[in-house]
Formats: sequence, C-alpha cells, structure tokens
Amino acid sequence: MNAPTRPIFFDALRRNKSTAIAATVALGIVLAALPFLIGSHLGNSWLRILDFALLYIMLALGLNIVVGFAGLLDLGYIAFYAVGAYLYALLASPHFGLHLPVWLIIPAGAALSGIFGVLLGAPTLRLRGDYLAIVTLGFGEIVRIFLNNLNAPINITNGPQGISGIDPIRLGGVTLAKPIDFLGITVPSLHAYYYLFLALALLIVFITIRLENSRIGRAWVAIREDEIAAKACGIDTRNIKLLAFAMGASFGGVAGGLFAGFQAFVSPESFSLMESVMVLCMVVLGGMGNIPGVILGGVLLTLLPEIFRHGAGPVQQAIFGKVLLDPEALRMLLFGLALIVVMLYRPAGLWPSTTRRREFRGDAA
Amino acid sequence: MDIFVQQIINGLVLGSIYALVALGYTMVYGIMGLINFAHGEVVMIGAMVAITVIKLLADSGLPGVVIVLIGLFAAAVACMAVGFTIERVAYRPLRKAPKLAPLITAIGVSIVLQNVAMLVWGRNYHSFPPILPTSQHEILGATITSLQVAIVLIAALTMAGLMLLVHRTRLGRAMRATSENPAIAQLMGVDIDRIISLTFVIGSALAALAGLMVSANYSIAHYYMGFILGLKAFTAAVLGGIGNLAGAMLGGILLGLIESLGAGYIGDLTGGFLGSHYQDVFAFFVLICVLVFRPSGLVGEKVAERA
Amino acid sequence: MHFSRVPSMTLAIVAAIALIGCGQKEEPKPQAAAPVAPPPKPEIVVKLGHVAPLTGPQAHLGKDNENGAMMAIEELNAKALEIGGAKIKFELLPEDDQADPKQGTIVAQKLVDAKVNGVIGHLNSGTTIPASKLYFDAGIPQISGSATNPKYTEQGFSTAFRVMANDVQQGKVLGDYAAKQLAAKTVAIIDDRSAYGQGLADEFEKAVVAAGGKVATREFTTDKATDFAAILTKIKSKKPEVVFYGGMDAQGGPMAKQMKTLGLKAKFLTGDGGCTPEFIKLGGDATEGQYCSLPGVPLDQMPGGKAFGDKFTAKYGQIQLYAPYVYDAVMVMADAMKRANSVESAKFLPEIGKTDYQGVTTKINFDEKGDLKNGAISMYQVKAGKWEYLETIGGSPVEAAKAAVAEAAGAIKEAAKDAATTTGEAAKEVAKDGVKAAADAVKAAADATKAAVEKK
Repeated sequence: MNAPTRPIFFDALRRNKSTAIAATVALGIVLAALPFLIGSHLGNSWLRILDFALLYIMLALGLNIVVGFAGLLDLGYIAFYAVGAYLYALLASPHFGLHLPVWLIIPAGAALSGIFGVLLGAPTLRLRGDYLAIVTLGFGEIVRIFLNNLNAPINITNGPQGISGIDPIRLGGVTLAKPIDFLGITVPSLHAYYYLFLALALLIVFITIRLENSRIGRAWVAIREDEIAAKACGIDTRNIKLLAFAMGASFGGVAGGLFAGFQAFVSPESFSLMESVMVLCMVVLGGMGNIPGVILGGVLLTLLPEIFRHGAGPVQQAIFGKVLLDPEALRMLLFGLALIVVMLYRPAGLWPSTTRRREFRGDAA
Repeated sequence: MDIFVQQIINGLVLGSIYALVALGYTMVYGIMGLINFAHGEVVMIGAMVAITVIKLLADSGLPGVVIVLIGLFAAAVACMAVGFTIERVAYRPLRKAPKLAPLITAIGVSIVLQNVAMLVWGRNYHSFPPILPTSQHEILGATITSLQVAIVLIAALTMAGLMLLVHRTRLGRAMRATSENPAIAQLMGVDIDRIISLTFVIGSALAALAGLMVSANYSIAHYYMGFILGLKAFTAAVLGGIGNLAGAMLGGILLGLIESLGAGYIGDLTGGFLGSHYQDVFAFFVLICVLVFRPSGLVGEKVAERA
Repeated sequence: MHFSRVPSMTLAIVAAIALIGCGQKEEPKPQAAAPVAPPPKPEIVVKLGHVAPLTGPQAHLGKDNENGAMMAIEELNAKALEIGGAKIKFELLPEDDQADPKQGTIVAQKLVDAKVNGVIGHLNSGTTIPASKLYFDAGIPQISGSATNPKYTEQGFSTAFRVMANDVQQGKVLGDYAAKQLAAKTVAIIDDRSAYGQGLADEFEKAVVAAGGKVATREFTTDKATDFAAILTKIKSKKPEVVFYGGMDAQGGPMAKQMKTLGLKAKFLTGDGGCTPEFIKLGGDATEGQYCSLPGVPLDQMPGGKAFGDKFTAKYGQIQLYAPYVYDAVMVMADAMKRANSVESAKFLPEIGKTDYQGVTTKINFDEKGDLKNGAISMYQVKAGKWEYLETIGGSPVEAAKAAVAEAAGAIKEAAKDAATTTGEAAKEVAKDGVKAAADAVKAAADATKAAVEKK
C-alpha cells in the first residue's frame, strides 16, 4: 500500500476543514451515484450484492462493538440478525396476518435484539476468551434450533419451512419492491433498497463513531486492554459489558429486519454458525476496532466470493484453454486461501486502528 | 431398564468418539492457547485417506484387522503431513500476532481443506467396506458391537498414553514448559518450534485415528463431516476444561451421555413439549450452566487472565 | 500455500491420464472443432440457468442435478432443433447457491441479468422460494426438479413450475402405504428438521392418523447427523411396526444400519430422499427389505427411461437422485418452446402450463398452480441389495404410462442395445462441443476412474 501518501492525506483531512468538506461531498456523490454506475455497467446482480454488502457492514459494525471495542469474542452474533429478521417476518407477513409498518418493526427488532444481547451477556460476564466464544456459539445455535423447531406444539416460526410472502419494506406508503417514480426519475427497486440500507448503515457508522469517542467507548477499550485495571479505575465493568452486547445486538437486529423485508422470505438456514463466523472474519480481517477497517472487511468478504464466482471459470478458460478444476470448489478454495494470505501478511487486519498498529509493533502477547 | 442401559452405552460410544477428537483440540490448545479450528477437517482427511486405502485393499485377501491397520497407518501419515503443514503455513508466522488472527487463518485452512477434499474425493458419500467383524455382545439386555467396545477402549488408552507422554517423558516436560511460558522455555534450551510442530503432528495422528473410528462405526465418510464433529469435540473439550487431557476425555464422555440421555428422555421429562430436536439445545444448556459456575470447565485449572 | 496445490495438480494429472486412457480418439477433435464455422442459418443461443448447491454438504445432489440438465442440453443440441426458423443452440449457465437463501437470490439476480430464457432449479425449497419472486418479476419461467415445499407454487407466480410431487402428495401416499399395505398399527416418525424432511414427515403423520394408525413417537435428528442410537433406542422402547424417516440417504442408510445393530426390527420406510443406491451402499445389508417411495414411475418402465438411465450412468456415473427430474424439466421447457415456436420467455411461458409431455420420470401435466397433476408415486423395496419396483400408486398417468410402455417396448429394447455403445456416442457428442466439453470429458473420465476404483 502507498504508505507515505495515506497518512498525509488523512492528516490533511483532519487539519483542513475545507478539504474535509470537499472529501465528504465527493464521497457522498460517489455513494449516491454508485448504484446507477454499477447497475448500468455491471448489472443488477452486482447491485444486489452491494445491497447485501451494506447489510453485512451493519452486522460487522455491530459485532465490532463487542469484539473490536470491548474485546469479547462472540461466535453467535448471527442470532441477533435472526431475531430481527424473524420479528419482521412475524409482524409483517400473512403468517399471523399482521402487517405492521416498518418504522415500528425495525426499532422493535433493534430493541428485542438488544434484550437478547443482555440475555446472552448476563450469564457470561465472568467468562473470557475461548470460553466466552463457545458459550456465545452455543447461544447462537440455541436460537437457531428454536427457530427451526417452534412450529409445534404451537406454530410460531413455521419451523424449517420458513416464512414466505413477507411484506416488502414500505416507506410513507411507497413500497420499495417496485420501481419508484421520484421527480420524474424512475428509481428501480434494488436502487431504492440501496439508498435505504446506505442511510441506515451511515446512521450506524455515525453512532459507532460517536460511541467510540465517548466515555462508554473508552470504557470498552479499557476493558479490552485490562479488565481488572478498568475495574480498579471505577468502571462498572458489568454494565459496560452488557451495554456492548446490547448495542452490538441491536445493530444486528436492524440489519435482520431489513434482510427479511428485502428477501421476502426467512428460514433458519440463513442463520447458521457459518454466518457468524463470516461476520467475525469481516471484523478481524478488516481491522478489529477500526471503523473504516471493519467496513472494508464487510465489503471485501461479501464481494470476494462473488468475484471468484464470476472469475473462476472464465479465467481458467483463458489461461489453460479449458476448465481444469470445478469452478465452484475453486471459488471456495480461493476464498479460504484469501483469508489465510491476508492474515499472514496483515495480522492486525487490512486497516488496523492506529493504537492497534502501535501495539502490534511493540509486544502483542 | 435395558433401554436405559442401552442409552448409557450409546452415550459412552458417542462420547468416546467426541473424546478422541477433543484430545487433539486440547493438545494444541494446551501448548499454544490456540483453537485449531481446522482440526475437524484433519479428522475428515484421516477418514477419507483411510477409507480410500481400505477400499483398495479390501479384496486383497488380507485379514480385516490388518487392512484397517494399514489404512490407519496411511491416514496417520497423511494427517501428520497435513497437520505439520498447517502449523508451518498458517499458525507459526502468527505466533506473535493478535489472538484472533490465527483463528481466522484456521477458518481459512478449514475451508481450503474441505474444498480440496471435495476436489480429490468428489462430492459423494463414501461407505466403509464391511471388512471388520460385526459381532454383538449383550450387556443387561443392551447390545454393543465389538467395534464400539474397541472405540471406548482406544479412547481411554489414547488418553492414558497421552498423559504418560505429557507427564512422564522428556518431550512431555518440554511441552509443559512451552505451554507455561514459551519465552522462558526457549531460554532453558527447549526448541519450542520443534515442540509445537511435534504437538501438531501428534494431534493430527490422533485425528487420523478418530477419523478412522468415526467412519468405521458409522460406515460413512464425506468431505463435510469434519465441521460438525469438530464443533462437538470443541464443545466437549471446553466442557471438560480445554487444555486438560483428562478434561477432554471427561467432557467428551459427558457430552455423549448428555446428548444420548437428552434425546432419549427429554420428551418424556417435558411432557412432550421438547423433543429430541432440542438435543443440542440441551447439550449447550448444560455447557453454559457448567461454565457459569466453573468458568474454566469441569477440571480445567484456573487460567490467569491473559491479555 | 504449496500444500493445497499439490492435490489439485495431482488430480489434474490423474484426470488427464484418465482422459488419454479412456478416449484417445476424442482428444484431437476438440481442437478441430474449436473454431466453430459460421452456420448457414441464423443461430439463436438459448440460455438456461441451472441452480443447485455445488459446494457444502448437499453438493453431491447439486452436481447430480447439474449433470441431468447438462445431459438434456447436449441431447437437445445434438438434435439441432429449429424454432421460429432459426437454429437453436442451448447453453447451460450452471450456478451454485450453496443451499443458502441469500446466495439463492444473488444467483437468481445474476441469471436475470444474463437474460436467461428460462431457469431450471433450484434444488432446495429454501432457495427456490425467495428466488422465484425474482424470476416472476422478470417474467422468466422456472421449473424445479426437486423443490418439494408446497409454498413454492402457492405464491401465485405464473412462472413457477415443478416436475416433482410436492410433500403433501408424497407424504399422503407414504402414510397410506404404511397404514394399509404394511398394515402398521403403530408407527414411529423421524425427520431431519430440514424443510423437506419436516414437510414430508408432517404429511405422513396426517395420513397415518387419517388411516386409523397410531403415531407411537416422533423423533428428530439433523441433516448432518451420523449417530441415531439415542433416538432409535427410544423408538425401540415404543415397539412400533414401521419406522418412517423424512430425510436424505446420507442419514437414512446409517440409520437403517444402526436399527439393525440395536435390534429394532420394525420395517423402515423413507421418501425420495432415501430412495437411492447411496442408501443401500451406506446401510449395507441392514437395508434389505426396507421400503422407499419416489415420485413418478420407475425409469425402466418409462419409454426412453432405461436409455436415459444407462446413458447417464455411462457419462456421469450413478444417478444420485433428482437428475432424471431435472432432465425432464429441461425437456419440458424445450418442448414448450417448440410448441410456442419461440424461445422468448413471454411467448413460451403460457405453453409450459399446457404441457403434455412424456418424461422419463412420469407423464407431465401441470395444474393451475404449476404443480404436477395427479403425480404418481412409486414404491420400492430393497431386494438382494437393489431397489426393486413394487407398485405405482395414484395418478392417472400410470395407465397412460403403462400403455406407452407396451407401445415403446420395442424402442426400449433398441435403446438398450444402443446403451451398450452409448459410452462411445456420448464421447463423440462431447467432442462436438469443443473446448468446453473437453473439460467435461476430463471430469467424466475422472469420475469413471473413481467409480472403477470404488467398484474394486
């Protein structure tokens, strides 16, 4: 990476207000125009992938609070995503005949997920490291198993069949599932979802940045670095840890609700352990505790398998003149290799936070 | 009564299999403090290699046990090579890195191994050739096969052997020293690179044994089998207290018993509200309860908080 | 990362050797055929998407589906169809959805973007349902050969069809069979908590109860489990006469085996997921005398069925499960195109609904929802280590099929003769397709070698 230019650029951003404004405006224009650029040049499938990338960014940012800021290894994070998704599915689908508005469900999903976060956090306060990892993993599995089985004796989640026909997200009487005419411009469905997801992702980024620089954020970092010392400094470690779980979980709940509305179908297989692991990979690979890094991780790990999907066959064709290896196996193989290679060359993540980089240069053990 | 005895036997057999895999997890964790997430995949490779070799030899006219031993040998060699490579490539360079970095490479290795296995052995299920005697024994009205008896014995013997190795030999002392404090161990003349490599190689040989046992008992092997097995074994290791050999054995057996009794009786106990589909919930619930009261597992020593 | 390359390279070399060993003749041909000469007539490429999990635990079924579709496509191309005055070349776009609903929609979008004329798949109901909305919105007809969840066709999408009986149809037949033919008063039911297994088991339970049977206990496992001793021991204590399993062969086989070990002597009955040679391979002699059901009519009873089976086996190895259904799905779509005299989705879509096609699995007619009309279900039993056909239950197509069988008896005999030489023919066809097909041959050859090794 062009190491010297970057810090200079960021320094300029920090010091010079007009540069900062210009950069923000430029970024805003890029983000606003992105779906049209991608939609017309690469096709809608990439746009859909981009929508998913935004969802994963929200998830990764949520998990980052727990793992990156507070240093609590969570392998069951996808459970909160599931809670949000199922809440949306139950409250806005023909399953119970309920069709509540989205502005009610999404906050409710965030709140319910937050409560689940506390439920998970409470019994695990004394646990650290790998013991915490296995308990959270168990929690994630427990939630998934309940979702998978609560179709009898009373049918709540419709079991493995999942819930279909979920209402698309409607904002102010306009459904996002169909193209929207707005001031003479037609905004296709995927674009509309993109803007909604982007807005919420930006909101989450904003909240996370504010949290990071607050008393709470510093308390989380203190717990991550040394829990006993943090306690000695007068930090109420119990509440602060629970807060980390609740905050992280509520972001997951928001993303889950959006996922349900976007897909119009939820089933337990979307919330497997592998999904939790993937979100964790995004956080760690991107750069734990560093917001831009985590965003990068989310984008990268959503895009990589898709790039391999599009590339694995044709590239082999081009190089060897025929498809030697099964492109699908190769796709996952390359994905696994990418995880290994990135971690080997950038053990602190692709874009680590400055403190972490400093730590790593010294002694990390 | 015979049903209850049968459930206990079911649990013991299942538990011994978990224990065999968990021993491998715990060996590596004990020395390096690292969850070798790819261990389940090494077990899978062991099962695949063993089945391939045994299938090739199935018609050779050799006695079944000899063929199985040859299969085991081939699997052990393959797994040791894989384990050695994994450690060299994916873990060693990250020994000083932040704690989660090797976890991610482990996940990467696990994905890679799975897909390599899919390329090599195909997507289909493989069955274990019926070359072992399938005689059954009756205990209090319950049945157990010779193979299952062998599995329970092998798991116990392996644990005993490993404990001897770790606590009674020079190598074991070096291992314990490395586990205690690698830097100081090195100062005392322990070649920690070699010790860690050896640990991985031994753990992988155990994985080969476990792979063979699993595929022989259920007569099935598949490139995806490592994931669930690894997960269960990891749970067992933590339940017992990860890093502790006796703990892995205890955790494995306990998990097996919990699952078996849970699936067998949970329905009747809850009046039919919860059935055998909540078997895993039950297992994780017990795990969480144990960890809440004993945060480092059943027999795990109190680990000082590592930063 | 040299370690990962070694096995793949070895595989490549082995495959190459196998190719040379198996078909020396076909090797030079791809090069010769590679620069395709411009055809005299306008050629239209008809793109069909195919989606199934090609990685993950169900990859073996996914690949089987893809092979079924691939074979149909190659046969169609060999026939050199002409539709609307243009020569038609079919092209398959195979995609992997990893049995993950999210991937399912991503892949569906990719196919919609690629402007495919139709979609075959997906394999799992869980990915088929969310994807079907995308196809419906884009007006692309979709035929699944294996999604059995009734919801798929109940969404009111005019583009959604399946050539497989749904869970309700099959579960009912199975339940009746257990209660009546097997005369079971008490049954135990196990399912794998997948959408397929649970759906089938629920319908089975309803049918048994309706027929006056009693459900002794209902137990559960997962679609990744290998140990069933605990639930089987519990079932043993309830002494049922029949054990029904709703799930796949990878669990069903070991389950039958463990039943025998535990001395549980009830009859074992399973649905299409367990109705495979894999089940017998994994369960060993414990599978002797056990039952299964499969939608449609057995391949060797259908005109062209045996030929299909032999040709498929020669080319891709044993049929796993749904390949014949997927093959039919492709053929039904091509048939609709022929009748509409157009390859445009909007034009041939109405024709799919009017399908009256003699497939290799059954006679295919759709009801207004897109489900098979009067889906016939056939029962099988393991005899001497092989699935033997017992009887076909329900479905008017049975009679039609029987008549057709009589008619086509001669044709089948010829086809059987042909089948002996199919390997060579298949290889020739492969060669025609040029560079891409060469890779297929590599794969086929590798599979064949592997199969040979396994047989040893």
